[in-house]
Amino acid sequence: MELTYRDVVTVLHGMGFGALFMLAFSGAIGVIYATAIGSGSWPATRRHERIFRFYLISMAALAWLTVLSGTYLVYPWYRAKPPPGVIDLAAYPRALLISNPMTAGWHDLGMEWKEHIAWITPIIMTMVAYVFINYGPKLALHRSMRRAVLGFTAAAFLATGVAGAFGAMLNKVAPVRGGADVLAIRYAHHE
Amino acid sequence: MNDGDTSQSNGAGAAALLAAGAGCLALGVFALAGDALPWANKLFSIWKPSGALSGVSLAATIVWLGAWFVAARRWSGREVRLAPIVCLAFALLVGGLFLTFPPFMDLLQGK
Repeated sequence: MELTYRDVVTVLHGMGFGALFMLAFSGAIGVIYATAIGSGSWPATRRHERIFRFYLISMAALAWLTVLSGTYLVYPWYRAKPPPGVIDLAAYPRALLISNPMTAGWHDLGMEWKEHIAWITPIIMTMVAYVFINYGPKLALHRSMRRAVLGFTAAAFLATGVAGAFGAMLNKVAPVRGGADVLAIRYAHHE
Repeated sequence: MNDGDTSQSNGAGAAALLAAGAGCLALGVFALAGDALPWANKLFSIWKPSGALSGVSLAATIVWLGAWFVAARRWSGREVRLAPIVCLAFALLVGGLFLTFPPFMDLLQGK
């Protein structure tokens, strides 16, 4: 069971960083919302507070790793220009997509939107982590700020959803492949 | 200020919120510029393999951090009126979200 080097990096970008970040969203929204419980402060122990701070910092770090790996590792392979005379465009996903009017929209809408909107997420999640580290349980006392942070977190969720969904679709229509073969799992074939 | 008795001032949080909104709008504006103006596209292409996206994302990050630094210096340790700042931050965020949407970009360019 082999993958190419570019497959591995793309999986790391999309599944390793991006999907893990997406999975963490529900927890983040739940705990931010939990700060609304009670009239005074967030009913959490110091240990819970530390864990949640670590959780939000990890989410921000994952968001940065996702956009940086996407922009500087995967995207250059995606947008590479084929040399003159090349007919098989399988190794040049952007060129492959725009060569056919039936698939050009995947680039013109999908990739053009994904590549920009994704960058909103790390900016927002860094802000969210900072606000929680700075205020901790006292955020419960700043209701407008808490609501604003929740709203921004929802926007980051939307941005990640758009980027993740188009990333998955694009990788189906025009996968980024190539480079050295990497053995993923050794498994013997049985007739 | 609108939240009654708070034991920690809201200035630092307000600065972070407004700067995040500014960063999102900057991303949208730079993305549109990179798409619409050939000279801006060339300017933003600071790392050729990634094209204009490298400069667009870097410039937006600089605007975000710069806005955060300036706002934090002015507001940290102070109570500020949060409602107008939150409204402005959301307006900037929504502006940024629209400007990254290709059909809206095309509409602005008359395509």
